[in-house]
Amino acid sequence: MKLEDKKRVLREMVLARRFEERCYQAYIERKIGGFLHLYPGQEACCFGVMEAARPGHDYVITGYRDHVHAIKCGSDPKEVMAELYGKETGSSKGRGGSMHIFDVKHRFMGGYALVGGPFPLAAGIGKGIQLKGGDEISICFLGDAANNQGTFHETLNMAALYKLPCLFICENNQYGIGTAIDRSTAVVDQFKRVSSYGIESAQCDGQDIDVVYEHARKAVDYVRSGKGPFFLELMTYRYRGHSMSDSRAYRSREEEELWKQRDPIFIVRDRLIDAKVLTMDEYHAMEKEIDAYIENEVIKFAEESPEPDVKDLEKYVFA
Amino acid sequence: MAEIMYWEGIQRAHDEEMARDPLVICMGEDIGVAGGTYKATKGLYEKYGPLRVIDTPISENGFSGLAIGASFIGVRPIVEIMSVNFAWLAMDQMFNSAAKVRYMSGGQLTAPVVFRSPGGTAHQLGAQHSARMEKVFMGIAGLRVVTPSNPKQAYGLLKSAIRSDDPVFINEHELMYNMKGEVPDEEYFHPLEGSEITRSGTDVTLFGYNITVHWCLKAAEILAKQYDISAEVVDLYSLAPLDRAGIKKSVSKTHRAVIAEEDEAPVGVGSEVIAIINEECFFELDAAPVRVHSALVPQPYNHKLEMAAIPDHEDVVNAVLKLFGKA
Ligand SMILES: Cc1ncc(C[n+]2csc(CCOP(=O)(O)OP(=O)(O)O)c2C)c(N)n1
Ligand SMILES: [Mg+2]
Repeated sequence: MKLEDKKRVLREMVLARRFEERCYQAYIERKIGGFLHLYPGQEACCFGVMEAARPGHDYVITGYRDHVHAIKCGSDPKEVMAELYGKETGSSKGRGGSMHIFDVKHRFMGGYALVGGPFPLAAGIGKGIQLKGGDEISICFLGDAANNQGTFHETLNMAALYKLPCLFICENNQYGIGTAIDRSTAVVDQFKRVSSYGIESAQCDGQDIDVVYEHARKAVDYVRSGKGPFFLELMTYRYRGHSMSDSRAYRSREEEELWKQRDPIFIVRDRLIDAKVLTMDEYHAMEKEIDAYIENEVIKFAEESPEPDVKDLEKYVFA
Repeated sequence: MAEIMYWEGIQRAHDEEMARDPLVICMGEDIGVAGGTYKATKGLYEKYGPLRVIDTPISENGFSGLAIGASFIGVRPIVEIMSVNFAWLAMDQMFNSAAKVRYMSGGQLTAPVVFRSPGGTAHQLGAQHSARMEKVFMGIAGLRVVTPSNPKQAYGLLKSAIRSDDPVFINEHELMYNMKGEVPDEEYFHPLEGSEITRSGTDVTLFGYNITVHWCLKAAEILAKQYDISAEVVDLYSLAPLDRAGIKKSVSKTHRAVIAEEDEAPVGVGSEVIAIINEECFFELDAAPVRVHSALVPQPYNHKLEMAAIPDHEDVVNAVLKLFGKA
């Protein structure tokens, strides 16, 4: 990745982090309801992969931990926040909520709440691309525990069989809610599990965006060149609990600290400082500027937007 | 008008729509090279090739989800699920993805996908191959459910379902694929909503759908000939949404109603139609409406037990006679 790109991505990653932290606060204040799954710790996964792909052109689909993926595809953070606030101006008009961000004009095909649900949908989008003859690819971001669903196996088999242009990204944060991966999954290395379908795969560090980017570039090229699906496993960690009602009793504070020493944002930041294209002061100034943007624009927009009209309750059920 | 079979109507709808639009595809188990369990996709593989006529693995939830995903970006898939009993495995994708995506995306995405699947009691297929499932599908917001009672509907409903921007579930019947009937020679689109008066009458309305329309017609014949009772037969080809206006209109004319379903009674077309009658035209009633339905048992294998479990036209006749105090 070029230094100037990396500088831009650092800014995007900080925005994603601060956005999510601000959601946390809004949830505590009861401005946001329902389930809220936050992304801090895993940023290099989404940004590394999407830097190698074409945001807004390639189709992206994911689970419920979806705010950052939508924003990286091109969604306006204001609309995403408004969705979390349940407002009419939200990306899904307040009908979806945190787990169901959609932004079809940016080819963000949605967040889905059933673990494993997006796998076959991603394959279907791949099938559509194949029929229509475009050069897009279908990218599916899901967690490690999703791979224990039947849809994982059904989809990988079909994606390989029909040679679909699908890139499966496994963000392996090593837990499904409070169950550690070795307590739920017989084969812990996820990239090995797909070999039975003859699918090309790789595993790499998910904290260092340069590493993610290099692997993702190869994977994206492979899929876009028509060779069929690819499965990329990124080793990562989520700092916060699974959702907001999670005491993190299933893991140690030491383990958390160990991972925080390899923070995906700090890795990029320090590399840019070492390369002398960024100073620590500039970094802090950027953080401040982003916080101000989130407060004065994103939160303000969400706060001030109207709620949906109850008379529109049945709107959007049928075409 | 040519007389063709029910399966031929379905095949013709596939063929015409696939010839018209390269993004109409079909998929399912054994539908391609093998020509389809019910012949409903016969000849399509040879004509349109493996990219558009897709033999799927036995992965109902997986391939249903694949069809739904493809429909998000403009493909119009027609999915055959070999039997509704296997559709249980695909409910996650049908309900959680297809039926809800339009709403939860605030109208941005829609899933114009068609699912076709036969249910019902055929020939001693036993508990796991005889279920009806309309009761489950018709209660899901965002999903249309239609059920053809004859070849014309089998053809015309599928044509309309393919063109619909909503997901549509078409409930067929194992025993009806070889039924013959007249189908227009020219292209024909059957409305996805509403109901049809199949036989006009004045004394009682017999509500049927799919195979039970034929029980009702037979019962009406007997009631007219032997008991001088004029029965109206209403075909509820749309189960979701049900035709409130049509139900009200007929009951307001005849003042009596019998609903015939092959399914078990608790939670079903019968209970829904009666609820609608209560809501729309309770004071028009001269007698309490009744349901004719299957016994609440997993479908037995033994032929005698099997026949005892499901109703037929005689049960419809008896229900009407009871309404008139004649039995
Ligand atoms: C079908 C289904 N079963 C269970 C759940 C409850 N659930 C939500 S997230 C989750 C864990 C998923 O973990 P993983 O796939 O690793 O993703 P992560 O949250 O770690 O990103 C579970 C069990 C669900 N939403 N859907
Ligand atoms: Mg996980």
